[in-house]
Amino acid sequence: MNTVSQKEEGTVNPQRLQTETEREYVRPEVNIVETKEGYVLEAEMPGVTKDGLDIGLEENVLTIVGRRGPAPTGNALYRESRAADFRRVFELDPSIESGKISARIEQGIVTLTLPKAEKVKPRKITVG
Amino acid sequence: MTSLREDVDNLFNLAFGRVAGSSGDPDGGSQFLEGWSPAVDVYEDKDNLLVRAELPGMKKEDIEISLHEGFLTLSGERKAEQKQEGAETYRSERLLGRFHRSISLPCAVVPDKIKATYHDGILTVSLPKAEEAKPKQIPISVQ
Repeated sequence: MNTVSQKEEGTVNPQRLQTETEREYVRPEVNIVETKEGYVLEAEMPGVTKDGLDIGLEENVLTIVGRRGPAPTGNALYRESRAADFRRVFELDPSIESGKISARIEQGIVTLTLPKAEKVKPRKITVG
Repeated sequence: MTSLREDVDNLFNLAFGRVAGSSGDPDGGSQFLEGWSPAVDVYEDKDNLLVRAELPGMKKEDIEISLHEGFLTLSGERKAEQKQEGAETYRSERLLGRFHRSISLPCAVVPDKIKATYHDGILTVSLPKAEEAKPKQIPISVQ
């Protein structure tokens, strides 16, 4: 897939699986849309603040990690939410200008804006 | 193993043309065609019950909270944002629409003193326990 694609999906490498299980993460749900200007990625990370958000870019691999805030004090009588932090990895399309990626977090939704480089934006050429 | 299992779940659900379940529903699928279901936690200390629900990306005014005969009900709707013209969707995993959760409270609470906050996509409802529900110490005089 030649977009902001999922790096981990598809292949199962037993060796990698083992290292992944050393620390468990929750895989956040994401929406990805493409516009003329670039891609917009939204990830659901409830309980994560700006300080708990860690976005790393290594070559064309983007890793988003969200650390949850502390659990409330008191006894947990009933618990459905998971304590593990969030993590998801994406392979970026070469058309993305990685230096211009920006991120914000609002009410547990991380929004990443990934602009396309000038040269790949569609251009209108008028015939003179 | 969890991440692998999740991948399988997603593929399974997508095969039916609709993503069922949610992050808070590890079994997936039980909310099939019924909206979505946020994960809910209940905590208690000496004086209060605390109900927390994971509701990322909501507007405060779209969340409803009610108390009726010992049940706390959380409901609301997560609405789709206006799609930009010419935008193409690559992934659409976030669940939209109505949700509804009813939680049976383990003890009596003071309805007038219930407080709710919504921060970082988490709704927190604090319910002070009724006097009769609080643990009591009975002084015993030793003779």
